[in-house]
Amino acid sequence: MSEATQPGRTLRFEIFRWDASRPEVEPRMESFELEETPYMTLFLALNRIRESQAPSLQFDFACRSAVCGSCGMMVNGRPVLGCQTLTANLPEVIRLHPLPGFELIGDLSVDTGRWFRGMAEQVEAWVHEREPFDPEAPEQPMDDDLARALYEGERCIECGCCVAGCGVANTNPHFVGPAGLNRIKRFMMDPRDERSEDDWFDVVAGEDGVFGCVGLMACQDVCPKDLPLLEVYAYLRRRALLQGARRPGELLQITGTTSRDGG
Amino acid sequence: MQAIETTDVLVIGAGLAGERCAIEAAGAGLGVKLLSVVPPRRSHSCAAQGGMQAALGNCVKAEGDGPTLHFLDTVRGSDWGADQEVAQIFAEEAPVAVRELAHWGVPWTRVRPGKNTYFVKGEPVEIEEKDENAGLIMHRNFGGTAKWRACYAAAGTGHAVLYAVDGEVVRLGIDVQDRAEAVALIHESGRCWGAVVRCLRTGRMSAVLARATVIATGGHGRIYGTYTTNATINEGTGAAIALRAGVPLGNMEAVQFHPTGLWPSGILVTEGCRGDGGHLLNRRLERFLVDLEPEKQELASRDVVSRHMMQQIKDGQGVDSAVGEHLWLDLRHLGERHLRTKLLEVTEICRDFAGLDPARDLIPVRPTQHYSMGGIRVNKDGEAYGMRGLFAVGEASCWDMHGFNRLGGNSLAETIVAGRVVGQRVADFAHANGLDVEVGLAQECVQDEERRVQGWLARPGCTDSIYAIRDAMAETLAGKVGVFRSGPELESAVDEIRQQIVRLDRVGLRGSPGGMNPELTFALRLEGMLRLALVTALGALERTESRGAHCRTDHPRRDDQSWLNRTLARWPEGAPAPELHYEPVGLIDLPPGDRGYGQSDRRELAEPLESYNASVVEGQRKQGALPTVEPVGSRLDWGAWRHAEPGPTPDRSE
Repeated sequence: MSEATQPGRTLRFEIFRWDASRPEVEPRMESFELEETPYMTLFLALNRIRESQAPSLQFDFACRSAVCGSCGMMVNGRPVLGCQTLTANLPEVIRLHPLPGFELIGDLSVDTGRWFRGMAEQVEAWVHEREPFDPEAPEQPMDDDLARALYEGERCIECGCCVAGCGVANTNPHFVGPAGLNRIKRFMMDPRDERSEDDWFDVVAGEDGVFGCVGLMACQDVCPKDLPLLEVYAYLRRRALLQGARRPGELLQITGTTSRDGG
Repeated sequence: MQAIETTDVLVIGAGLAGERCAIEAAGAGLGVKLLSVVPPRRSHSCAAQGGMQAALGNCVKAEGDGPTLHFLDTVRGSDWGADQEVAQIFAEEAPVAVRELAHWGVPWTRVRPGKNTYFVKGEPVEIEEKDENAGLIMHRNFGGTAKWRACYAAAGTGHAVLYAVDGEVVRLGIDVQDRAEAVALIHESGRCWGAVVRCLRTGRMSAVLARATVIATGGHGRIYGTYTTNATINEGTGAAIALRAGVPLGNMEAVQFHPTGLWPSGILVTEGCRGDGGHLLNRRLERFLVDLEPEKQELASRDVVSRHMMQQIKDGQGVDSAVGEHLWLDLRHLGERHLRTKLLEVTEICRDFAGLDPARDLIPVRPTQHYSMGGIRVNKDGEAYGMRGLFAVGEASCWDMHGFNRLGGNSLAETIVAGRVVGQRVADFAHANGLDVEVGLAQECVQDEERRVQGWLARPGCTDSIYAIRDAMAETLAGKVGVFRSGPELESAVDEIRQQIVRLDRVGLRGSPGGMNPELTFALRLEGMLRLALVTALGALERTESRGAHCRTDHPRRDDQSWLNRTLARWPEGAPAPELHYEPVGLIDLPPGDRGYGQSDRRELAEPLESYNASVVEGQRKQGALPTVEPVGSRLDWGAWRHAEPGPTPDRSE
């Protein structure tokens, strides 16, 4: 518990400011000073700054316990959850920017909600079942190990840190992003989901899917939930390649080899 | 000229209750609009950890379970403050709700056949799960229940359920407007027609007109400031606009304190920790609950455990720390494997917010405001008292299956069950009733809200601040309307909150106008929060008995003769102060008796149950209860509890 306490420091926050209601004012950095207190997180610090110095400062927090995913932000150039970040682990100068890769609402607030809704629509992030629910029937049994594996894929909180850290997601707005690939794998593994390999192929393969990833893997480095994204992509590539082997022309096309080989 | 939109069903709040209700209405072919102050998946439902109660009876420790036992536990847990018919509907529907969620993809933890080691009353016990139950939905133990009943997905149950339910919302293409807040209801002559909506991106006001309006904005724990497990968004906006519209709030003094809020941040540490065998220790590292509650030990109901904990602290058995006294939660004996799978989220929270590893360290905990049993008073169809076309579901409502104490895992279950049940009533209502309202009414309501905003912006800044008033409100409630309450403290709490309301009338904003203006956004909410705070303190002051979570040190007995009723707080339009009224709790099947844990001293109901029950319908109608689709009492399975296996026996068996 002791490393959380470093009394006596005066922190300087340099915060990105932009107000959508005043488009004539250029985006800028603004500085604030704050006395550090024990166990101070960015949640506490930003609220104190707003309440005492910058009444119009916009940022997003909800659960303040790293489960709701509201407070992704760039802290000294790295995407993190603000509520989970102790100032004690940061230098005296703390530079805060909004997450890139999302539409800016104002200051540190970005529109992750619409982005993730769009992603959910794109990958159809729900169980596709052909049978309607029967309220009279007992549940279908499932092996607990499989349930645990599905839960592992379910742990993503859609904070957007991986998207902000992803070179591809920042340049290709159609790329489903690391979080999207994780969602795909979660449903692909679920035996209740009746999508066929063919259905999946069109979602997974191609440059908006797993073959769009260029393997920088910043996503895994910055994921606040430590999701094993490298394993996720390996799984998706394997499934796509196995299916692609049954659809040879298409696989060559999507992996970009067709044109080079004169196809 | 303001924007005016129309829809069939407007649902305010996109947590589990709101979304499940919206799904029901959309499934019935209606146009639905969902409003939420945050993207739906960031709603506070996502923070529910330990489980969802449903009597499936799938594992050995759940054998013999069924809706009747769930009903019994819920009513006893409520300290007989619940509406027993609603508790019955809930207990019967919960298994279907859980299975429907499995169908939608929730990765419920499943029964592992063969030998399993569980912790029961502090000891490891080896239990052989049957092969025929392999892979069915597993249960864990929770407080105040006769059987293991909580269905769970590690310690991220709410998150997993919310993602599955929101997946259905996306699949159905339901229109979600996030970063939008309903700041007033549009209503006329006891009929609700939608809401005035403030956009939290731009600050612009608009109106949404609807045949049926549903409030599902969750609880209001943030009236306790930082002394709560609740998210920053749980500011009671829905309850506040209902109160302003003349709708009564039920049992606002019934406030739950969760035994294990992480100290000092207040972040929730799930009851599943104790359900899985965790211990509570005092400064001498003694399990004080073994002697105090021999039967249930750490797994008595939350109100009872919280009281014992606060008493330990009062008796000098708390652990000193620089930021105040606390007790310990000990999970070390559960082992690393268990802590990294079934309680993974707890391990993460301890690491991130306290720098602890629960496999090696004790966890500092203290009772912390957690749940609002009180809320918008509705009938069993979910329709608000005295306001046709307005419904409420989930924590925002007082439906009222929780009475004066909610059992752990019953709220997650309520969101889905009530979403299904009330959602059907909402759909039927919207099919049967058109949108027969003048546009002028919507325009007037929007203009009223714009004037309210202008009023704030016109006031000059001063030395006082809205945040200082918020902190004062929180100190008052946490200090004087907490786990233990007394007449003099409550009187002073009421006085203080009245003064805070006066302060709010005089305070100005410091920032410049324009855009969503976070300071203005909070100022508008604080008006409502102070009103909720006042009716909470006033209800607690007037209720001169102890029932469930409402514990009066100056009136320690439960008093069924005078207080077997529900408080209804109204704030008549333009009135300076609220009014309190009372109604019968509902039809009583299980007679008031001993809960089986906590104190058993009480004053008996003087009149026969038959005469109490005969007064229910009229007593509730007088307070504004609207007629229900099916008659009151139709869902009660009278006397079924007599055939259930014995728990603590009610001493009035007839």
